[in-house]
Amino acid sequence: MVAAPFGYQRVSSFEEAVQVLHERGEDAKVIAGGQSLVPMLNLRVARPEWLIDINPVGAGPIEEHGGSLRLPALTRHRAIEESEVVRRRCPILAEAAAHVGNVRTRTRGTLGGSLAHADPAGELPCVAVALGAEVTVQGPDGARQVAAGDLLVSYFTTTLAADEVVAEVRVPTLGQRSGWSFLELSRRSSDWMVVGVAALVELDAEGAVTAASAAVGGVAERPWLVPAEVLLELFGEAPEQALLARVAERAAAMVDPDDDVHASGAYRQRVAAVLVRRALAEAAARATGNGSGAP
Amino acid sequence: MSDQSKQRVTLTVNGEHREAWVFPHESLLDVLRDVLGHYEVRYGCGEGVCGTCTVLVDGEPVSGCLLLAVQADGCSLVTVRGLAPAGDLHPLQACFLRNGAAQCGFCTPGMLLTAWALLQHDPRPSRERIRRELVGNLCRCTGYSKILDAVEEYAAEAAERTGGHG
Repeated sequence: MVAAPFGYQRVSSFEEAVQVLHERGEDAKVIAGGQSLVPMLNLRVARPEWLIDINPVGAGPIEEHGGSLRLPALTRHRAIEESEVVRRRCPILAEAAAHVGNVRTRTRGTLGGSLAHADPAGELPCVAVALGAEVTVQGPDGARQVAAGDLLVSYFTTTLAADEVVAEVRVPTLGQRSGWSFLELSRRSSDWMVVGVAALVELDAEGAVTAASAAVGGVAERPWLVPAEVLLELFGEAPEQALLARVAERAAAMVDPDDDVHASGAYRQRVAAVLVRRALAEAAARATGNGSGAP
Repeated sequence: MSDQSKQRVTLTVNGEHREAWVFPHESLLDVLRDVLGHYEVRYGCGEGVCGTCTVLVDGEPVSGCLLLAVQADGCSLVTVRGLAPAGDLHPLQACFLRNGAAQCGFCTPGMLLTAWALLQHDPRPSRERIRRELVGNLCRCTGYSKILDAVEEYAAEAAERTGGHG
């Protein structure tokens, strides 16, 4: 297994990347961490004429701005996992990053690359959707903002044009009364998720739910956001087990996952119900207990 | 600047300055083995899953099969041969030997490098942390318990040598 020959061009800015992509069109592919793309090259599943290497662009620091964190697209999973500001202000993102692949995957893999690759079993796309992350996309006419949920369309498919690149990702910081949970089932701890859930629950001073969000990975062609009408049942209520179980069952009944070599669709649906319940419960416990609780 | 022809890359491998002319599609693994003679870096899966081609790139563990050699230009690499001076065993290697942590030995260079990199960040890791860090290095002789024992023993001995912290 050796990659087929391709041309290779380094770029030192996203503007330059866009310009090169614009000239080369569909024959060019952007390489960032390469942890998904290079296996595809080695297996010859992908055979681009040109690789445009954006690594020289580099990643500046992760910055807190108002109510959000700004993460450069080339932020490595390892940097997210170990970032003090992420662990403090948006710990669910650090926890999800820690679940990506193995230590070598996390050393090289990038946040922007993970979103652009759009693997429906990816941890970071799942948590980005649950958080309502905003993605800055650089294109020939400048930058545009797109919600992660609108960027991710289907299996390995995004709304990125052939001459656009992900430049930055913004996630909200979690408030004092917000709890979070990221849970996944995988065969081994370095594997892709069979099913994964990212959940956020906010409680008022009396312990009643005031906001909730949950996304499920591995059950659809893209991370599946539990519809607001399902989570609405939690609002104003104490997050008790029976209620969470009912909501989780309702949510899981709405997905229709495909069978594949890792698990049957029915099994995934069953696991989704269990993990949604557990994730909502853990998020609620963190919201009542010790603030946002670093992973 | 940008075509399919060979490009010159300059690397530091185990402290030694090396140069090679490589095609853009050649992996660091292929160049280390086939051009530079580093047969201790091993081809396993070609997908970044098994860890036998682990190389430290600027101190961090990377899959040699998933990094293009042109991307490693200017980087400092360590293979298992770089852990100790030629002919010597690194104390971590000695722990592997003492604990019977190598059977066929194919996974051992990757195990050693991944463990060594972990110990640079966390000199006294828990057994759980070691497991988590080594999960991407597969051993098909099922020697995992002894590998964990070896890394733990090394960490304990190193802590003693440096004054018993941790």
